Amino acid sequence: MEFPSQAPRWADNSSGEELSSQMSGISVLFHKDQGITQATQSGDLSYFSDLLLDQIVAAVIKNKEAYNLKPFFSAPLSDPEAILFRQQVMKDIEDHSLRDHLSSFSTAMGEVHRCLAALDRIHSRYHRSGWFLEAVTTYIDALVHLAARLMEAPLASRGLQGFRAYLNDYLSSPIFQTLRAGAADLKQALSRVSYCLLVKDSAIKVSRYEGEEDYTSTVEKVFARFKKDTVREHKFKLLPRPSLNHVDAKILDLVACLYPETFASLEDFAKKHHSFVDDTVAAFDREVQFYIAYLDYIDKFRQRGLPFCYPALTKVPEDVFCQDGFDIALAQRLCEGGQTVVVNDFHLSGPERILVVTGPNQGGKTTFARMFGQIHYLANLGCPVPGRVARLVVFDNIFTHFEKEEEMGDLRGKLKDDLVRIHAILSRATGRSIVIMNEIFTSTTLADAVFLARKIMERIIDLDLICVCVTFIDELSTLSEKTVSMVSTVRPDDPAVRTYKIVRRPSDGLSYAITLAKRYGLTYERLLERIKP
Amino acid sequence: MKVLLMDREQDFDAGAGLADHGEELIQDLALNTLFNAMANGDDFIFSTARSVFLTAHRNSPDTIVYRQNILKDCLRHPTVVRQMYDLAVGLMEGRKRSYWGIFTSYPTSTLSSAVGMLEMYMDYMEKLKNLGDTHARDFVSAGFTRFFTMLRSDLDDTYLVELRRHLRELRFENGVLMSAILGWGNEVTGFTVRKTGEIKGGWWRRWLNQQSPSYTFYIAERDETGAKTIGAIRDRAINPLAEALAQAADHILAFFTTLRTETAFYVGCLNLYERLSRKGEEVCMPVPLPGPARTMRFLSLYDPCLTLTMNEKIIGNDLDGEDRRLFIITGANQGGKSTFLRSIGVSQLMMQCGMFVPALSYTADVCDGIYTHFRRGEDSTIKSGKLDEELGRMNTMADRLTSRSLILFNESFSATNEREGAEIARQIVTALIQRGVKVFFVTHLYPFARDMLTMADQKGLFLRAQRRDDGSRTFRIQEGDPLQTSFGQDVYYEIFGE
Repeated sequence: MEFPSQAPRWADNSSGEELSSQMSGISVLFHKDQGITQATQSGDLSYFSDLLLDQIVAAVIKNKEAYNLKPFFSAPLSDPEAILFRQQVMKDIEDHSLRDHLSSFSTAMGEVHRCLAALDRIHSRYHRSGWFLEAVTTYIDALVHLAARLMEAPLASRGLQGFRAYLNDYLSSPIFQTLRAGAADLKQALSRVSYCLLVKDSAIKVSRYEGEEDYTSTVEKVFARFKKDTVREHKFKLLPRPSLNHVDAKILDLVACLYPETFASLEDFAKKHHSFVDDTVAAFDREVQFYIAYLDYIDKFRQRGLPFCYPALTKVPEDVFCQDGFDIALAQRLCEGGQTVVVNDFHLSGPERILVVTGPNQGGKTTFARMFGQIHYLANLGCPVPGRVARLVVFDNIFTHFEKEEEMGDLRGKLKDDLVRIHAILSRATGRSIVIMNEIFTSTTLADAVFLARKIMERIIDLDLICVCVTFIDELSTLSEKTVSMVSTVRPDDPAVRTYKIVRRPSDGLSYAITLAKRYGLTYERLLERIKP
Repeated sequence: MKVLLMDREQDFDAGAGLADHGEELIQDLALNTLFNAMANGDDFIFSTARSVFLTAHRNSPDTIVYRQNILKDCLRHPTVVRQMYDLAVGLMEGRKRSYWGIFTSYPTSTLSSAVGMLEMYMDYMEKLKNLGDTHARDFVSAGFTRFFTMLRSDLDDTYLVELRRHLRELRFENGVLMSAILGWGNEVTGFTVRKTGEIKGGWWRRWLNQQSPSYTFYIAERDETGAKTIGAIRDRAINPLAEALAQAADHILAFFTTLRTETAFYVGCLNLYERLSRKGEEVCMPVPLPGPARTMRFLSLYDPCLTLTMNEKIIGNDLDGEDRRLFIITGANQGGKSTFLRSIGVSQLMMQCGMFVPALSYTADVCDGIYTHFRRGEDSTIKSGKLDEELGRMNTMADRLTSRSLILFNESFSATNEREGAEIARQIVTALIQRGVKVFFVTHLYPFARDMLTMADQKGLFLRAQRRDDGSRTFRIQEGDPLQTSFGQDVYYEIFGE
């Protein structure tokens, strides 16, 4: 008897065609026949690390390596309709019980693939057919459960509705019905097999079990008198018992002699149904991970009260805003350390296109710029984004210019390097691009920097694209009606304390002296508050 | 089976709920001297005494009286209690000598060492039971009565015989019979050891010859994998038995561990009692009162730690602090103020442990926390200044204080000028007593003491270390309003002899 090797098809292949499942036209990631080729990116994701998207994506797809999800998260969509298609599916899966059901389904499918992949390595024929039967049973249970849950779920998305219809057809097909009935009969028969082993020295005797008394419970009862609630359970960790060797095979063969009919029909079943996993079901299993992975990831932020929302999307860069957004990569670190995450807003209305961020150092300016980029990127993937409410642009590309370490052997010098990189960006950017510049021209005199920055900004203004510019040059914030001034702030009563709030107000360049630190809280009033009455 | 000689409801856990500020308490009240006297060279008694003291703040008046009665039994029959302690110690040492504790992944060997261990434990249980059978009628406290009754009913002879029989059977000299089923993927699994029963002529042979179909195979002599697999199957089957026995052994061990800890405390009390009575010092059983009223009344209270380090008897103090919560102690340098303060803390702790106290009589309400804030010497490890350090300690304490706490200050907040120090002390103490905290404060800060005198009215009591007119000290602390001088010049003259 031969079994096909049924490892997941998507082992590691990120080519375009592989991204969408085409066999039945049923996909929960791509509407119509659209595949990865419609995505905007030409593989240039240099902004990925500047925006810390690499960290975010790595965290999102952690523990889901088997599904090879990275291509999905590396391909923002350019079509508002395609983004909406995903938002709808994602909203359906927001429902925790549905998400749990989908996760259970995936766990089960993973189990099916693991069993099937292992068959080749099993030598005992009754163990092999036993494993095969487990794979079939797991598969059947998973699909039946999933179908029932999907029937109950109030699905609003075209993506999931389509898959539900497909699944129902498949489950009522004769091929599935036969599989199901056969597996159930066999399970029942095998569960009735019971036998005794008498182990003495090197002999094992196998016979039918005939009601001999359980000695363990007798002993437990006798010693129960010493029981104390304060002592924890005594459990020994047994090493996993290698159960697929010749002794087990021999025992199993003898048990088969005790129950010959049961084992004969098991062999027949395995022959008949050797290739049973449906292709569309398998593809769904992978695609739905995109949603589960992302939603599971943002759960931990939501639990801490950090909001996520489904942004409205526009192709025209007007009236772009986000309320209470945050940098996910930073939030991830802060949450792990139990620290508070500060949220920030931005709003570009009317002719406004460019956010110029100034203010004290370590005040959250870079974080703000990263947040702006991350939120747009995630929105274009079709994902909910940090924030309470948002309206964002569908971009054709993101360009970032973050300060780089000076490289040995690069003789151009830092200033020149800055200019070369910015030139490259501006020659490729279009009116639908997003440009994020972080601390440009720090390696020259202020006068030079002002001059160069103005020149660059003028070009950006001409391109009419969306831009965030973090800078120490206050003048840039008042360059044109397209610029908006944002300032990182400190606590009014204690300038040493950063608030990490970036607010919309004129750049004032103020700095404050450090004031008194508060001490031990041992005044009369404070003590009265502190001691519990 | 539970010991319950420290508490009506639960076993004493020497590691749980220790006061966070235990080290400060021990240092400030010189408690190690007391623990050493209790231990009399036994390290375990020392550490138990320490744990009992550092959990004393959690005891209710009921628990305190429960222990007092047990302690009275102990004082009447010291030998029996010491024997119980020795039995518990003996079992623990026997355990250390055996291979127990080296749990392997091989239940077969675990089972056999558990069987051996339990046989040894049974010897000790029988000895303990016999001790109870002989002496139970001499003990009257609720704690001991319950304890001996439990031994009689839980360790009856029939039961002990049955235990011994099972321990023999568990050596499985005739092989292991087990049932099994088919598990996941037809795995041979679900082993349950079955009783073979006694059949004349050897059940193994009889079983081989019975009628229902059976198949036997043998592992070849050189087949190591096969032998290991058989061993693993046997291990799986008897693992629950090994666990059950290990569990039983653990339970018995836990019982004796608790017995050792709880009797250690009483043996410690006996040791201390013998030391003090050899010196002719009086002790009494204190009267613990529940809150919320604040009380502190005693006659001839002395510091036991001090007397243990001196040859002569020391002078006790009297106090009648009915319904007072603030005690300001001022007066002569070297007049016995610190000793007085320590004796307050130590006796309060001893009472709350359930012990006798070093006084002729002693009545006080039970506090849920006993704190000390003593002025410390300069510490090179502390970077911050001295006042900073003091405020830091006070800050930590403030997080723990409740309205049922007792706090002893010894010359606190004087590491700055008098006016500032007094102001800090005034704010802190005013808030503390307003919240109901009981405060003893030894101080030289006259402005503070004077402010308290005008403010505290009925809640306060003012005590002063006595000084005769010739400058000599009586070492007695008596009621008296604060004076502007602490007679430091006396000491100066004493040293410089002018």
